[in-house]
Amino acid sequence: MKVHGKVIKYGDNIDTDVIIPARYLNSTDERELAEHCMEDLDSSFTSVVRPGDIIVAGENFGCGSSREHAPMAIKASGISCVIAVDFARIFFRNAINIGLPILECASAARDCENGDTVEIDFDAGTITNITKGLSWNTFPFPDFLQKIIRSGGLLQTLKNDSAGI
Amino acid sequence: MAMTMTQKIIAAHCGRDSVGPGEIVMAKTDLVLGNDITAPLAIREFEKYGFDKVFDRDKIALVMDHFTPCKDIKAAAQCSEVRAFAGAYRISNYFDVGEVGIEHALLPEKGLVGSGDLVIGADSHTCTYGALGAFSTGVGSTDMAYAMATGKVWLKVPSAIRFILKNKLGKWVSGKDVILHIIGLIGVSGAQYKSMEFSGDGLSCLSMDDRFCIANMAIEAGAKNGVFAVDDKTTEYEKLKRKRSVIYTADPDAEYERTFEIDLSLARPTAALPHSPGNTKPVDDCGDIPVDQVIIGSCTNGRLEDLANAAMVLHGRRVNRNCRTIVIPATQQIYLDALKMGFISTFIEAGCAVSTPTCGPCLGGHMGVLARGERAVSTTNRNFVGRMGHPESEVYLVSPAVAAATAVAGALATPEKIGVV
Repeated sequence: MKVHGKVIKYGDNIDTDVIIPARYLNSTDERELAEHCMEDLDSSFTSVVRPGDIIVAGENFGCGSSREHAPMAIKASGISCVIAVDFARIFFRNAINIGLPILECASAARDCENGDTVEIDFDAGTITNITKGLSWNTFPFPDFLQKIIRSGGLLQTLKNDSAGI
Repeated sequence: MAMTMTQKIIAAHCGRDSVGPGEIVMAKTDLVLGNDITAPLAIREFEKYGFDKVFDRDKIALVMDHFTPCKDIKAAAQCSEVRAFAGAYRISNYFDVGEVGIEHALLPEKGLVGSGDLVIGADSHTCTYGALGAFSTGVGSTDMAYAMATGKVWLKVPSAIRFILKNKLGKWVSGKDVILHIIGLIGVSGAQYKSMEFSGDGLSCLSMDDRFCIANMAIEAGAKNGVFAVDDKTTEYEKLKRKRSVIYTADPDAEYERTFEIDLSLARPTAALPHSPGNTKPVDDCGDIPVDQVIIGSCTNGRLEDLANAAMVLHGRRVNRNCRTIVIPATQQIYLDALKMGFISTFIEAGCAVSTPTCGPCLGGHMGVLARGERAVSTTNRNFVGRMGHPESEVYLVSPAVAAATAVAGALATPEKIGVV
């Protein structure tokens, strides 16, 4: 699978309270959540984001609460992948579990800038910054996580095989 | 292979003699937790994928604590959805208004979690039960749905950082000051993906409420879990609440990525300044910080000893008229105990509002939301941008004693500063 989009860049420690403020957690509707995505950090996000765009951020992306509403809001905004130096652990597992593609790549996270056009080939494990002519290889996730990703999410793995994974 | 305490609990819950860091395992859970924000999403996923039974109706806890008593129509609809699910699947541990307390104070109090357990919860502060010597960790709603159906969770076995606690805490210094100091020391991702394991002779001076507070905020350092070695205090706490507890101890030759020695006698009343729990400073070095609102409560600091500390400071004093002060006992039992001990009278006589248990203001839900430009001093756990209200409001995190002193001064202060000895 390949995705292609413009970079929307953020810094370190982007927490779930800015990804989706708790005042909107009285809804589980992903469209409604997407309307408020990143609102307290970047009020332009919802008007700028286009389907396929890629969030690039620093360390500890998604720290804070366990709210799955955060990766849901990002996914429903049309974001095709989040690239970060690393992710807070609950956000990491939530993204995998709901099928929001994420990649850990410190050099891509450092060198990609706002507005750059980036292409990601998930099968080959490569990130290409078309604007800058740079390319990076990423480490593949362990087989276990790839099985969840290929199935389209954690619950689908259980649906496919009642013995689970 | 030598294992940490966390690794031993995980190994025991996946039928293995040993596990090593980095391995991904499927583990059995002793309890699966969700609340009025995360459970509706889990229930929806559970139903969408056509599951029609839960793995064990006695091992699921549904706690309606975040936006309750319901703050608006949408919040009421979410509770209603969970209530219907709890009824349909005859969930034994469903807690609603009147019985409910803040989940991470309520479950230990009811004896639903204990040493040796493996607990997951769709709430990041599920790590609180590590105070009892359990492995407990926060997950998402999809994990919760999966665990409600199967009783299992996927886990990457964590490596660990060891904290050896030494000596005793000084007056007006509590578990909150210790954990804020540690987060300041290692940073908000300092323990990312790892366990924080607490041991050492300093444990003997930490009450269970101190330990709950410390384990609770392990997530604020990015940790998967925080866990305390089990001692006489743990056993005493659990004796009346649980039929059976299993004690795991770390192997003497277990490997730790790092070891920190923390001298408790050097800990000082500490604050985390906006907008990060890692942005810490001794309260005495913070300067003049006028405050609009004080919150005393939450899963971090809404327990009886927390209220006792606040009451000791507030007894016979009045809160500053420019500083709205809200006290929230974490459970009904704590509320009742505080009432019997006279703390509630002290709070009301001092000019505080006292609320029924709720997470409410901690996440800017209700019961004390901040306006643009307002500043709160709070005993809660997060001070991110917009956490308690307007994105241009501010939150300082402190202990209950410091919060109470601040309420009296109308500005950030220690009990000593307002003349409490």
